[in-house]
Amino acid sequence: MTEAVLATKRISKSFGALRASDDISIDLVPGEIHAIIGPNGAGKSTLIKQICGGLRPDTGSVHLLGEDVTHSSTEIRARKGLGRTFQISALAMEDTVLQNAVLGALGGQGNPWRFLKPVLKDKALLETAKQALERVGLIDQANTRTAELSHGQRRQLEVAVALTLKPKAFIMDEPMAGLGTEGSKRLTGFLDGLRHEAPVLLVEHDMDAVFALADRISVLVYGKVIATGTIDEIRANKDVRDAYLGEEA
Amino acid sequence: MSLILLIEQMLNGLQFGIMLFLMAAGLTLIFGVMGLINLAHGSLYMIGAFCAAAVAGLTGSFVLGLIAALAGAAVAGALVELVVIRRLYAKDHLDQVLATFALILIFSEGTRWVFGSFPLFLDIPDFLSGPVTLPGGIEYPLYRLTLIVVGLLVAAGLFLLISRTRLGIQIRAGENDREMIAALGIDIAKLYTIVFALGAALAGLAGALVGAIQSVQVGMGEPVLILAFVVIVIGGIGSIKGALIGAILVGLTDTLGGIFLPELMKLFFAPATATSIGSSLASMAIYILMAAVLVLRPTGLFGARP
Amino acid sequence: MTRETVFNAVVLAALAIVPLWAHVTGELFTITLATRAVILALAAVGLNIALGLGGLVSLGHAVFFGIGGYAMGILASHAQNYTPLMEWPFLIDGTKSMPVIWLVAIVLSALVAFVIGLLSLRTSGVYFIMITLAFGQMFYFFSISWSAYGGEDGLSIYVRNGFPGLNTLVPIQFYGLCFAILALVLLFAAKLQRSPFGLALNAARQAPDRVETVGLNPMRLRLLAFVLSGAITGLAGALFADLNRFVSPTMFSWQMSGEIIVFIILGGVARLFGPVVGAVLFVALEHFLGDLSDYWHIYLGFLLLGVVLFARGGVIGMLLGREKAHD
Repeated sequence: MTEAVLATKRISKSFGALRASDDISIDLVPGEIHAIIGPNGAGKSTLIKQICGGLRPDTGSVHLLGEDVTHSSTEIRARKGLGRTFQISALAMEDTVLQNAVLGALGGQGNPWRFLKPVLKDKALLETAKQALERVGLIDQANTRTAELSHGQRRQLEVAVALTLKPKAFIMDEPMAGLGTEGSKRLTGFLDGLRHEAPVLLVEHDMDAVFALADRISVLVYGKVIATGTIDEIRANKDVRDAYLGEEA
Repeated sequence: MSLILLIEQMLNGLQFGIMLFLMAAGLTLIFGVMGLINLAHGSLYMIGAFCAAAVAGLTGSFVLGLIAALAGAAVAGALVELVVIRRLYAKDHLDQVLATFALILIFSEGTRWVFGSFPLFLDIPDFLSGPVTLPGGIEYPLYRLTLIVVGLLVAAGLFLLISRTRLGIQIRAGENDREMIAALGIDIAKLYTIVFALGAALAGLAGALVGAIQSVQVGMGEPVLILAFVVIVIGGIGSIKGALIGAILVGLTDTLGGIFLPELMKLFFAPATATSIGSSLASMAIYILMAAVLVLRPTGLFGARP
Repeated sequence: MTRETVFNAVVLAALAIVPLWAHVTGELFTITLATRAVILALAAVGLNIALGLGGLVSLGHAVFFGIGGYAMGILASHAQNYTPLMEWPFLIDGTKSMPVIWLVAIVLSALVAFVIGLLSLRTSGVYFIMITLAFGQMFYFFSISWSAYGGEDGLSIYVRNGFPGLNTLVPIQFYGLCFAILALVLLFAAKLQRSPFGLALNAARQAPDRVETVGLNPMRLRLLAFVLSGAITGLAGALFADLNRFVSPTMFSWQMSGEIIVFIILGGVARLFGPVVGAVLFVALEHFLGDLSDYWHIYLGFLLLGVVLFARGGVIGMLLGREKAHD
């Protein structure tokens, strides 16, 4: 059994009377894309926040590369290798595409405490940033202001910034959101190749993408994982059908 | 340190705090509902005081002066909201700070131009002057006692307004989710003007009431404004209850600190040094309190948890 | 060479030439005005590191201005009275040497900025604004009650402090000193903006979540920015006290804090020379409008309102057009 790159062990989180996460144990093993699906309100964003560092679980633990990171801050988890894209793009809008990518590279390098040399002349940072931009196909827009990018291009930039970290695991929060068919196809193709670099925990609503990409699927309903398995297993699972997929699958 | 002196000072602290509450309540409402930081609130306090002094001076009636204060401040508030503040809701905090700072300049210099640089006088009306004997044989100025009562009545009124009336529901809804109430078809523009004018009236009332025991002059509002900010930081933005408790805490800390800190210092230093160190410390006491609250609760005692 | 760089060079050149010309023609008052403008500009350049780059709306920056001023006042007054500052546990004499005073001003301001930053930066948005304002008041009232150094009346220093190799009593020489400091700090600020720290701080202003998820700590970035910012404004305070040979609690006042922010907004908040243009404009208005009317603050208020509502880019924005991305 391969060691999980990322794992949650029985995490639970309540907000008052609302049990947003109920005893959730999921893991991410090397080389896979593990999709998390579930209806709105199932607690997906709460789960993501506990994995990435924005929220502490009430009970249970989060492990990254075998280390317990439950009490580590977001930035420490990022430095240990957790790369993430946001559902609503979190980018420095006034800055250029290149600057955002360089920011990612800077974080990966870990030393922002330099005050005199121009950051855009740092060869190492530029190298990492440009490589990432080339991979997602944004290198030609390097000097465009992020605010002027199309929605699809911003999603690409999100992925590029995550790439600059050279992460050991990716958390992608609804990367297909707002993309048209063209964009979704391209991103799906891209993610397909990504899994060999680092496994991806993919939270998604877009079922076409999920069925095209996922090695495993976990279904989250009302804060609980009601099923985990391969695409076929999930499709055949009665509980899942009832709760979520309805007639479609 | 006699008990009588202690109780007297506590009452003073309470009175100071309650008047601060009137300022803080308006500020916290405006911020809670509209998300606007309003530096010009001190100017509205000043306008209330000047209206009261001017009208009381002309007519000889304190009560008319108070009514003028309420009306004048409310009207000024409504006007300012319609002309300037309206354009600020969508802007960031820096813009709001600068624009309302500009308003301070305009109001202060404008008032100085109309009324001159010398303070105006507002006298305590005869029917409220003189001491009153409290249980225990303590003599306390009737006027200050009245301020405490008026303040508490206003606090009660505000609580009722927020919890029992339609306006109150709109206010609470607005505090929770600004975008939602627009979607629900509530007339946001009118709601905001009303809330702003209400806050202004409270400030004007405070200015008029305090104007009778201190002087009415240009610039009287800003120190009170800043103290009201301290109250809100301690109490939590958007919480009227927080504003009341914070205000009373601040009032008591300031007054009692001024008495006790010099005394406390006498345990360590010679009397002259003790008094000077003590009163310096006392002037900082409120801010030390604020810093202490911040360390434990960055969003205040009753503010929304992050 | 961008338009902005050319503009900045012109401003710098003007700031060098005009006072020199005034020196030659004997217009000493112009030199004093220019010195005042340059020192206030320095205070604002300091603030702009926290405000423009870091997005920290500090409404209490006069704290550092006052600390710098009082550092000068206290050290110099002990020197001029020939009494030591402290005798026990070790002897500290006063001093009238500018470099020493500046060092003290900078270190003290940085320390205070560190403490205030540590307390205030745990909050954000409106809370931060109100807290910085409150700390400003705290120092203001404290200095009023500290009668050892003049209290409300302030402290006079009879003779300007000394700088090795210069005669600081000569207006153009003191001006040259202040101008040189401003130029150096501007150079530092320009480099800072383009540096890794600048990129990270600026990103933390726009998208703090993103900064965390790339492995950087926004709070630490902001704290350092606040400390640097306070230190520079503190230096300006020491210079200001030396210009006027007087220090008083008003250096701590909320009006002072407000004015420093006004300089930045008048000039243009995202611009390197915004604080400089704003301070020069303010001093010019203060002098010329102030002559015309006792109530010139009303005009300043309307001007400020106009800029905030309609000309957000300030004077530089109006002259040069749309802001470009930082490069």
